Amino acid sequence: MPWPGSWKRALDREAVAGWLLAAPAVALLLAFVAAPFALALGLSVTDLRLGSPLPVHWAGLAQYAAILDDPGFRRALLNNAVFAAVVVPAQTLLALALALLLDRPLRGMAVLRTLFFLPVVFPMALVAVVWTLLYAPGPDGPVNAALASLTLGAWTPVDFLHDPDWALPALMVLSVWQGVGFQMVILLAALQGVPAHLHEAARLDGAGPVRRFLHVTLPQLRNPLIFVALVTTILAFRLFDQVQIMTRGGPLDATTTVMYEAVTAVFERQQVARGAAMTVVFFAVVLAITVLQRRLVRERREIE
Amino acid sequence: MRPGRLLRGTLVYALLLALAVVHVAPVAFMVVGSLKPDARVLADMGGAAAFWPRQPSLANYADVLARVDFGRFLANSAVITGGVVGLGLLVNGLAGYALARLRWRGRDWVLAAVLALLILPLEAIVVPLFYEVSLLGWRDTYTVQIVPFVANAFFVYLFYVFFLGLPRELEEAARMDGAGTLGTFFRVVAPNAKPAFATVAVLGFLFQWGQYLWPLMVTSGERVRPLPVAIAAFRTLPPLQWGDILAFGVMMVAPVVAVFLVFQRWFVRGVAASGVKG
Repeated sequence: MPWPGSWKRALDREAVAGWLLAAPAVALLLAFVAAPFALALGLSVTDLRLGSPLPVHWAGLAQYAAILDDPGFRRALLNNAVFAAVVVPAQTLLALALALLLDRPLRGMAVLRTLFFLPVVFPMALVAVVWTLLYAPGPDGPVNAALASLTLGAWTPVDFLHDPDWALPALMVLSVWQGVGFQMVILLAALQGVPAHLHEAARLDGAGPVRRFLHVTLPQLRNPLIFVALVTTILAFRLFDQVQIMTRGGPLDATTTVMYEAVTAVFERQQVARGAAMTVVFFAVVLAITVLQRRLVRERREIE
Repeated sequence: MRPGRLLRGTLVYALLLALAVVHVAPVAFMVVGSLKPDARVLADMGGAAAFWPRQPSLANYADVLARVDFGRFLANSAVITGGVVGLGLLVNGLAGYALARLRWRGRDWVLAAVLALLILPLEAIVVPLFYEVSLLGWRDTYTVQIVPFVANAFFVYLFYVFFLGLPRELEEAARMDGAGTLGTFFRVVAPNAKPAFATVAVLGFLFQWGQYLWPLMVTSGERVRPLPVAIAAFRTLPPLQWGDILAFGVMMVAPVVAVFLVFQRWFVRGVAASGVKG
């Protein structure tokens, strides 16, 4: 390698080499993660608007007071929370069920696993576009038609994306569809890591399949399950792509989310400070969820 | 095989097959619809005919290529994803190595900072980051879609954990032979860390290829627009032709599905590793 001699010698001294090797990552993380985060906190206490000729003022916590008072933003927080409350258990249980079903040495399991994982490699933007057609209103809409034949015709067609009662559930379904394969693979790996001798010992003790699941499998899955639930919860609060493409937050704010509100504040109303305050609230939620998860995992380790 | 076990096996198969059929239906709908004339897509979609092309044709595909510069979007996505993933392997790998193996002042601080940044999603900083890159004059470039995402705290951490578990003897042998730090890293450490590099490459690819929010914010024309933003724009491009839109979708995922099927083992391992380390 064409390093000048003195450089090469410096690089071989560990103290210098360590810094040099870490420097690119440290510099980039500082410039594009840490600095923007500090800037988010800083901007959120001003009244900055892009392109405004007025000077920027210190605004204290006025932005936070304003967004927490804004019915649209409150609805967004509620929507994110409802989305998480439904999607996290539904997606985790479905992923667990699939992993348990697939975790056996039968032929064809690898092919089935591939099929369930497939939507994970689909960009959410594409999923949202295709499902817009699947949710078409009227009896000929594919989802409506499928529900009609499942209920033997008892289903009344719904305009999923324009009905305030159905729009958010409709987004939930396609999100679970796209994401469940990711959780399934994580849980399947955890299942395959459960030592066989534990199952064998339980069987010798006369434990049936249900008790073996509750007392052998489930404790081993505890941390992966917490991790999967955490990731899904954070994803639920990041919800944006589906909303922007399929419903634009509507109808009547039924599907608006924190990120959608933040982005529209910045892009439609140039309210950078307000948008920054919204993302800080978003971060506070993510932080709280993460701290909770770390607690849960740590408690368990202490017991063990 | 005992009859009870046979019955259970059959039930598991039946259940999994039913679930798989439902799960794959939207994908099948997209592929079949892309082969039909526009009017048939809408006429057939309420029944089983939605999954059966009577006279399959590639006309929609030709239509897409005539209506928009699909090749450019694909190339944009490839350049951006390739740039982020490729540069990321180098930058994050070197940092993980420095943190795991070398002794230098400030190492503990950097490690603590990396762990703290782990939980910061892009969404939490997207507004000020947008403000920052606007000030830098980076909007509507590849740079703005690559540079901010090269360094990734999670990937530094994954490399760090992996290098901690690597036996030291390899490096010591290389050192004895007179190799320097970089030489040791590239000739001895990296070749023995293929699983770590593969995991980070797969996860980086999955995160990056589907990004929508950031390119939507920082691109305005078609010049550097990646596929996810392109398909959303294509759906609203008049005249509304669902056959064309579905064909765009198939063209957009086909290369990714091909990559996935070839490297499936690594995809599965990479995703599984993201959970174990978390």
